[in-house]
Amino acid sequence: MTAPFLLYSGIQSYVPILILISIAIFLGLLLTNLSWLVGPSRPNKLKASAYESGMDPVGSAHERFSVKFYLVAMLFILFDIEVVFMYPWAVQYKQLIQEFGIFPFLEMLVFVLILFVGYIYVYKKGGLKWA
Amino acid sequence: MTAVSYTLILIGAALFVLLTGAAYSVYLERKVSALIQQRVGPNRVGPFGLLQPLADVIKLILKEDIVPTSADKLVHFLAPIISVTIALITFAVIPFARVEGIGMTEATNGFLVIADVNIGVLYILAIASVAVYGVTLAGWSSNSKYALLGGLRASAQMISYELAMGLAVVSVILLTNATYGGEGGFLRPGAIVEAQRGAWNLFVNPLGFLIFVVCAFAEANRAPFDLVEAEQELVGGFHTEYSSMKFALFFVAEYLHVIVASMLITTLFVGGYLGPFEGMLGVQDWGWGGQLAWGLGWFLAKTVFFVFVFVWVRWTLPRFKYNQLMDIGWKKFLPLALANLMLVAAGTAIYATLTA
Repeated sequence: MTAPFLLYSGIQSYVPILILISIAIFLGLLLTNLSWLVGPSRPNKLKASAYESGMDPVGSAHERFSVKFYLVAMLFILFDIEVVFMYPWAVQYKQLIQEFGIFPFLEMLVFVLILFVGYIYVYKKGGLKWA
Repeated sequence: MTAVSYTLILIGAALFVLLTGAAYSVYLERKVSALIQQRVGPNRVGPFGLLQPLADVIKLILKEDIVPTSADKLVHFLAPIISVTIALITFAVIPFARVEGIGMTEATNGFLVIADVNIGVLYILAIASVAVYGVTLAGWSSNSKYALLGGLRASAQMISYELAMGLAVVSVILLTNATYGGEGGFLRPGAIVEAQRGAWNLFVNPLGFLIFVVCAFAEANRAPFDLVEAEQELVGGFHTEYSSMKFALFFVAEYLHVIVASMLITTLFVGGYLGPFEGMLGVQDWGWGGQLAWGLGWFLAKTVFFVFVFVWVRWTLPRFKYNQLMDIGWKKFLPLALANLMLVAAGTAIYATLTA
């Protein structure tokens, strides 16, 4: 079965997205400024302090936080890049199979297995542990 | 009608429907939760409380906009705008219907879609990743401990579930490619819907559907994954320090995320604008009005159904603990999504060899 649509379109297909983005940003700016224009403004010191269950805020919130969050971010980048590699493979998969037999499948299986070895390493090292 | 005015009308109509939809999903949420908890729900403003969303918006506009003195003013101002902008532009590549015969849809291969981009799926994933920024920056810029913790949780949670989500999407692209063969272009959402004419991906790839739906819940920060704004421990989470319309924008963005996630589930797994028995009914001969009503009708019906599922789940399941949430994402769904991908690849390989 052949695809019932044109396969390629040029850069002009992105123009509507640009229009939409500018409208969305305009809407956001309009709505945030609406209450600034219409709403009351009676600030006082207590109202404008950061909320901390009714107490005076102790120190700044921009302190050090758990290193776990950095670890999650790093692992995410590692794994997400591997996922990105799979897109070009998936787009051409059927043609590859019909041309080279089972090889493209085995190739990705090896890739996923190597990825999984890394995953097991992270797991055993306790990188995924939240206690 | 020129292409630009066509696009502007389409964008205007879509934004109107989306924003009204967001306002009325709040109403739906309150009514359904009332039903589940045997209450009445909003019933004072207008018949059946139908004007409640409007009253809420007016009330929020008339409230004072408080910016904490210790906050980073610029980022504090930008965060809600980023949130709502991202929520408003994700749906640009999702086809609402397939209509032959309107001159304007020829440029988009007959799809009623704002932008018929040939890498639409990558666009969606890219924009969905940027959504993390709105929440994280809101949490960080407020300079409040509750907000910071909410923002941190949100960023860790959203990127964790993005992995399994991306893998589920790869399995859908494999299936699309298996249906059509030929050259590339299968990252186009319209192609993914057209490939489901035989059978919805929901039936071909049920595990992928499950993974995607759960990850969509986590990405939208909805219960049972709403750790980001867990009231009992974090007050309001990342929007603790926001008031008035800035708070409303976060609120709107959350519901927009729910609607867009429902649209995505519909497009990728439940056949988008396709209805049952299209061939038997001869929908392609109905003229453009009939095709439009049929396609749009099915698309909206499926989307509303999934929005209802989002609400239903929120008022049925209790919230996870944070370590459970991360465990499910990394230790269960990531290996499961990888296994599902290889399973689909194996099935596709057999299919491709048989039909060669």
